[in-house]
This record gives sequence, structure tokens and C-alpha cells, in this order.
Amino acid sequence: MSAVAHAHDHSHDHAHGHDDHEHHHKDTFITKYIFSIDHKMIAKQYLITGIIMGVIGVGMSLLFRMQLAWPEESFKLFHFILGERMAPEGVMKNDTYLALVTIHGTIMVFFVLTAGLSGTFSNLLIPLQIGARDMASGFLNMISYWLFFTSSVIMVSSLFVESGPASAGWTIYPPLSALEQAIPGSGMGMTLWLVSMAVFIASSLMGSLNYVVTVINLRTKGMSMTRLPLTIWAFFITAVIGIISFPVLLSAALLLIMDRSFGTSFFLSDIYIAGEVLHYQGGSPVLFEHLFWFLGHPEVYIVILPAMGLVSEIMSTNSRKPIFGYRAMIMSILAIAFLSTIVWGHHMFMSGMNPFLGSVFTFTTLLIAIPSAVKAFNWITTLWKGNLQMNPAMLFSMGFVSTFITGGLTGIILGDSTLDINVHDTYFVIAHFHLVMGISALYGMFAGIYHWFPKMFGRMLNKNMGYVHFWVTTVCAYGVFFPMHFIGLAGLPRRYYTNTNFPLFDELQDVNILITLFALVGGAFQLVFLFNFFRSIFYGKKSVQNPWRSNTLEWTAPVEHMHGNWPGEIPHVYRWPYDYSKPGHDDDFVPQNVPMKDGEEQLHH
Amino acid sequence: MTTLLVIVILVLLSIALWQLTKIFDLTQAVNGITDSGTQVATDKDNNIQGYLMFGFLAFIYILTIYGLLNWGHFVLGTPASAHGAQVDNLMNITWVLIFFVQTVTQALLHYFAFKYRGRQGQTALYFADNDKLEFVWSVIPAVVLAGLILYGLYAWTNIMFVDEDEDVMVVELYAKQFSWEARYSGEDNHLGKANVRYIEGVNTLGVDMSDPNAQDDKVVNELHLPKGKKILFKIRSQDVLHSAYMPHFRAQMNCVPGMVTQFSFEPIYTTAEMRDMGFMQEKVAHINDIRAKKSAELVAKGLPPLDPYTFDYLLLCNKICGASHYNMQMKIVVDTPEDFKAWYETKETLASAVKAANAKPETTEPGSAPDTAKASVPGDTASVKQDAKPVAMASVKK
Repeated sequence: MSAVAHAHDHSHDHAHGHDDHEHHHKDTFITKYIFSIDHKMIAKQYLITGIIMGVIGVGMSLLFRMQLAWPEESFKLFHFILGERMAPEGVMKNDTYLALVTIHGTIMVFFVLTAGLSGTFSNLLIPLQIGARDMASGFLNMISYWLFFTSSVIMVSSLFVESGPASAGWTIYPPLSALEQAIPGSGMGMTLWLVSMAVFIASSLMGSLNYVVTVINLRTKGMSMTRLPLTIWAFFITAVIGIISFPVLLSAALLLIMDRSFGTSFFLSDIYIAGEVLHYQGGSPVLFEHLFWFLGHPEVYIVILPAMGLVSEIMSTNSRKPIFGYRAMIMSILAIAFLSTIVWGHHMFMSGMNPFLGSVFTFTTLLIAIPSAVKAFNWITTLWKGNLQMNPAMLFSMGFVSTFITGGLTGIILGDSTLDINVHDTYFVIAHFHLVMGISALYGMFAGIYHWFPKMFGRMLNKNMGYVHFWVTTVCAYGVFFPMHFIGLAGLPRRYYTNTNFPLFDELQDVNILITLFALVGGAFQLVFLFNFFRSIFYGKKSVQNPWRSNTLEWTAPVEHMHGNWPGEIPHVYRWPYDYSKPGHDDDFVPQNVPMKDGEEQLHH
Repeated sequence: MTTLLVIVILVLLSIALWQLTKIFDLTQAVNGITDSGTQVATDKDNNIQGYLMFGFLAFIYILTIYGLLNWGHFVLGTPASAHGAQVDNLMNITWVLIFFVQTVTQALLHYFAFKYRGRQGQTALYFADNDKLEFVWSVIPAVVLAGLILYGLYAWTNIMFVDEDEDVMVVELYAKQFSWEARYSGEDNHLGKANVRYIEGVNTLGVDMSDPNAQDDKVVNELHLPKGKKILFKIRSQDVLHSAYMPHFRAQMNCVPGMVTQFSFEPIYTTAEMRDMGFMQEKVAHINDIRAKKSAELVAKGLPPLDPYTFDYLLLCNKICGASHYNMQMKIVVDTPEDFKAWYETKETLASAVKAANAKPETTEPGSAPDTAKASVPGDTASVKQDAKPVAMASVKK
């Protein structure tokens, strides 16, 4: 097989100590690695930036988990990392705690799970899987990455501001986020937060527009919309909801900047703080909540849909079986995307908006459970009677389905306005959304990394380290978030610096310690992944062209990266991407670029 | 218990690390020699991981059962409000459904992962779609959810909409960084108008004292409610968003500056009755055990011990509102109507408090415009010097 021959060439190269053949490109270091317009390089840039932000985001969560388990105790670690200003004598300050939860949320949702996940894999896979030479606009793509990088730098630099970073929660509800008198982080820190997010939104929009245009226009011959891999469907629809909802966050951010800096009253009214009445009159924080969640809710689907796409693809490949219900999967992606834009009010049942609106949002929210259930059942059926290849990517995909179900089911409680009354803003919510969108999306991201690492770096990740990484992570993820349901049902509010002021919550302390221990162990074992990742970039086993024996077009491209993806002609497509174990073929996979045999029938619809 | 868990986790961690180094050594040794060097799962991997997947199902079940047994009693228990039973009933129905679906789907997922783990020569079934199956598992969730939605909306409407002609007692909840106050509407059951611009001295809620409805309003720092009377809370905030969360009453509503929000419920158990309930006595005893242990530790360190805990209803802030968000609470006491009346009558009306406060500063500095600092700390000359630099005097208690 040619793939084997190719791999042989590579080990040959390796023996001679060459890293990359670049002498046939005229790239300088700067155009190849920094201001690259090649989608594969941009994908890697997104991934590595995302991973660095992920380390910061997860690291913060470990710090505030320690504070919750051992409240107001002195840790040298706190003093070392946070410094005297944020943790005098090693005791974390209360506003530092809020700053950490705020920046943790912001970084994880936007910088890791939006840019790091969708940015990486949309960029990598859209051109490769639809058979295009590159994105519709490589230049726009490059700008998109560098805006993302700029916004990351601004966000991280806000940590070093004298008055502290934004600390009004990642939802930055005004007036808390608008008034420096209310919390110190709402000064310079919040300004930087808003600037960073404005830049981030510009980046996200450029990326999304590019994805949409590329998917619509640059599909290779034969690649009809119903022959697209589910990854592409997911990225495509994600980009569409991103285009619809992100601008609304930008307008919310702009209006908030106006309120903060130019004395307007869009979100503020009747405020008496620090001994004086402020001049604001007639604005409403509820308006901000509407604008924020008009993005904020689609945002969780912007996070989870790409993960769903990756999982569908990886599961089918590793089950050696077609994804079950391809069209139902597309329909549910569309249904989820549509519903995701009309459910935002379920974050606001208790906001003081008209209860009638609450009824409407309960209705639309619970509807979204139907396409989600269809997807879960389809994944499970895909496994049925398969020939499951337990690669780390496959394990993370199955882990995804598990946490998606566990986390998703409690959505039935939170989406029901009546039940939300008593669990709103408690740890129950934390448990729910971390499992259903945090952990699940991270699993999707890990699955994607393990699966497409060979495509990105031409080398394989070590599978045994992958297994260790998966099992410790998955045990710890349940260990952290499962008990949170119980303390949430006990009425424990989120965003409390310490629970010691309420004797009622004393009995929850042991659970909080347990959660923190799981978090610390789980966090520590991400080092295994990081080690594996960075080591394998340089020293990993060289990959063959199609290591997972997969059908999609990216595996028909040579391992060696090149501008334009394929030497010679772009492959044409003759079949859907899920002809695994199709009767009548010798191999248990039939790549999309293999023409139909004489008399071969399409066995799916 | 915790110590044990710590030890177990440390042991697991060290085993994992040991295994990790071993695995790493092994992979170094075999890299490029055997087929495991390709880093693609082999039959052996499939086998091990398949068994582990099945084992993980056991882990999920055990964690669930362990959680229910050991942490199940954390839940808030018998609701103290009339509508609470409806909320809890819907909650329980939903839980039954969730546990059923969770148990079945996780079992299928992990069992399939185990059962169909890859083997050389095994062929997967080419099974791409089946309209009947898709139909079944679209319609079943749709029907079940329709039931939940209908029940949920019925309950929601009952709870949230208060009829004009209902016999309620109107009470204002007032939130500010980082404390609560409450204002009773008095005999007329009408709250006087209020706005932050009227905040002055003891009138910390900014009540318009020229409003006739305000004359019999009473402001308190501890909320007392009569059992069996539906209370309509009118909720305001002075500065940022807060949320009035009364978990035992299954009640919550945000406090929004510039807007009056509302929530209503009828308390059905007095504080004393709630303290006497079996589950509550167990809970309190359990908490006091924990506190006694902690006190012993504190005393050993030469620190004062913790007070023993007695149950009280609480109003907590449940929307991030600033650095001390974690300690913004107010005690709620539910009395019998008679006790409530007796307590209520001991409280002074805001109008007379304002009158008294205004009378005093006149003597120290007549003619000057009334200001916050003087009014709230009458006769304190130090506070007069601070006039130029406004501080949050409004929060100073009378």
C-alpha cells in the first residue's frame, strides 16, 4: 500500500535527522510559523494558544478549589502564584477569589472551548475534509488568529493590573461590572476584559465568516452537502450561530463601555453606592442580561456542537461502522442550532423579567432535549455491533457521550422554571454545565487532538499515556462534578468565597474537600497529556498517511504538510464518508475518493 | 472519612504514577520493534480498555449509590411554604425519570463498549439508519417532556402570578452591599414610595416620607413572618444585582436596581415547628457534631470555639454582588400570627424614627442641610469632619 511506502520514507527521513522538507517552499520562518496563511499552521497556532490558555484557566480553578476546601488557610502556593497583593501571607483574599472564578470562566468558555476547540478543528478540517486547497480567505484567517492572540494577551495582562482583573463573574452583569466602587476589579481590569472580548469577537466573526464561505463554495467535485462529514456540518452550523449571536455580545460590551466611561444609562438606574447617589436613570440590568444571554446561550452550543461533530466522526471511524442516522444527526444539529437561539431566557427565570416569558423559555428549552436525546441514542446505536478500536480518541468520545448524558439530564431540572427557583445559581448549576458543556467539550477537544494529531504534526501521540490520561481524567471529572449536585440541592450558592458563615453548610465541607482532591489529581494528570503532546510533536512515532484507516479526505493528503494540501489534483468524492465495513469491499473502510464499484449500491439514505 | 479518602486518593495517585513510569519505560523499549510502536490500538488494548469501560459503569453506579446514601440527606427537606410541595413533587417526578434514563443509557453505552470491543477478524454490522428507531426515540422524549412542561408551567403560573384581589401581606426586601433590610407596609398594606434619591440618615431605604402610605411603614433587620399568611415580597436593590434566596421556602428572586421585582409565598411552618421536625433535628445534630469537633480543634489552638447551631430560616444573597457576597444574609423567623403581632408592635415606624433622628442633629448644628453622616451618627463630631469624603454611612445601623 502506498501509505506504508510513504511511512517508510518518513522513517528514512527521521534516521537522517531531518525535521521537515521545506526546501521546495519559499517560506521564511516568519511566513511559515508566524504570519502563516496556511490553514493547517493556523489550526496549530489556535491549538497551542488554546492549550496555554487552558493551562491558565484550569490552574485558576485548582487555586480557588483549594480555597473552598480549606477556606482562608495560608498556602505558600497562593503567595507564590498570586503574590502579596492578592494573597497576603498566603491567604487568598475574597475579591481575588471572585477574580479567579471570573477569569477561569471567561478563559475556559471563550479562549479554550470556543477558539481552542472550534478554531483549531474548523481550520484544520474544513479545507481538508471538503477537498479544498485552503480557506476561502487565508489572509482573513491569519488576521482572525492574530486578533485571537491579541485578545488572549490582553486578557492575561489584565491579571497584572493594580486593582485586579475583572471580578464580576464571567457574565459581567452590571451594575457590579460597571462601577469601580462596587468591586475593585470593575476598574481597569474590567476595561481590559471588555477590550479583550471586543477583539475576540472580531476574531471569531472573521473565522466564522470564513468557515461558512469555505463550506458553501469550496467543496470538491462530488462533495454534496449530504456527503459532508458530520464534523463539517457541526463546524458550519456553529459558525452560523456564531455569526448570529456574537455581534449581540459586542453591542452589549459597547453599551457597557459607554455606561462605564461616558456616563450613559443603558444598564444602570437608581444607584446609591459608597455614600452617594449616582446620576444614572432609566437603564436596566435586565436588558444587559438579555443581550448577554442572547450570545451566552448559543455560545454553549458553539462550544458543544464542534465537539459533537468530532465525536461523531471519531466514533464512526473507530467503531468501523457507519454513524447511525446520518440525516437525523444533521437534522438534530440544525434543530439544536435553531432552538439554541430562542432559549436564552432560561438563564433569567429569576431575573425579574415577566414570568410569562419564563413560561415561553421553559417550553423552548425543554424542546432542545429532543434533538439532544436523538443524538445520544444515535451514538449509542453506532457502537452496537461495531468492532470498536479503543484508541484514546475513541475513549474520549465515549466519555463525551457519558458526561453529555449525565450533565444533560439535569438540564431538565434547570430548564424548568419551577424547579429552577430553588437551584438557580447554586452548585447544582455548576455541576450541570461543567459536565454537559465543560467536560464534554473538553473530551471532544481531547478526542480531536488524539485523533488528528498525526494529521497536524505527522507523528503519533503515545497511546498508553493517552489511556492513563483518559482514565484518570474521567474518574476525576465525575469525582469533581457529581458530588456538586448534592451540595447544590442543599442550597449552597455558587461564587461564595467561603461557606463558613453559614453553619447550615458545615456538613457540606467534607464533600468540598473531596471535590478539591479529585480536582487536584485530575489537574495534575493533565501534565501527562501536556508531556505527551509536546514531546510527541518532536519525538513521537512517525505517522502513516491514514493511521486510523479512515474514510474522510484529509487522510488522502500526504503526511508532509504542503500549501494546497494535495500534490496534483484535488481528490473527487464519490460516496458519503461513512462506508465502514460495507459489504462487498475487502477493507473495512472505503475512502470517499474511491469510485463506486460496478453495480455497487448506496446502502444508506 | 475525609482522611481515608485522602489516603485512598494518594495511594491511587502513586500507583498511577508508578504505572505511568513503567508504561513509559516499556514504550521506550518496544518503540519501533513491535506493532505497539504504531500507537494504534491493538486487540490487547481493545480488550483491556473494553473491560475498563465496563468497570467504569460500575464506578458510575457506585458513585451514584454512595452519593445517595452519604449525601442524600443534604437536601433541604420538607418545604416551609405552601407552594413548596408542588415544586418538590415535580422535582421528584423529574428525578425518577432522570435516574431511569441515566441508568439505562449509561449501561447501554458502557456495555456496548465492552461487548463490541474490537477483535481482529470481527466485522462490524453495516447499519446506517432505521427510520422506525429514530421515530421512536424522537417521539418518546417528546411525549415525556410534554408532560413535564405542562406540569412545570402549571406550577410556575400558580407560583409566580399573584391575583390582584388575593389577601396578601406586602413586605419589601431591600438589598445592598452586603446586608438586607425589610420594610413592612403597615396597616394600610401599601408601601410608601421609595427611591435611592431619598436616602438620608436613618431612612436607609430611601422612602419618600411625604407619601401618606409611608407613614406606617416599619423597617427591620430581621424578617419576621406570620405563619399561614401569604406574603407578597416587593424586592429592591440599592446598588448592584443581588438575589433574594430563601431556600427553605423554595423562593428566589433577583433584586434589580431601578426596578421592583416580586415573589410571593405562604409560610406554613413556624421556625419552632421546623426545628421540631425529625429530619431537621437529625441535620442539626449532625452539624453540631461537626462543629463540636471543629471547636475542639480551635480550642486546642487557643482560639474561641464555634457556637452550637440552631436552625433558622435564612435569606441569602445568591447573585454575585461584590467582595463580601459570601456573607450577605438575614435571619427569617416564622411566628404564629399572635407572636408575630406582638413582635410587630414592638417595632417603631420609620416615620417616628426619622422624626427622632431629625430632632437631634438640629441641636448640634442648626441650619445646615441634613446629611447622611450627621443623621446616622448623631452628635458625633468626627463624622462631621468626614462630610467632604462620602463614606457608606447608610449602612451604619441606628
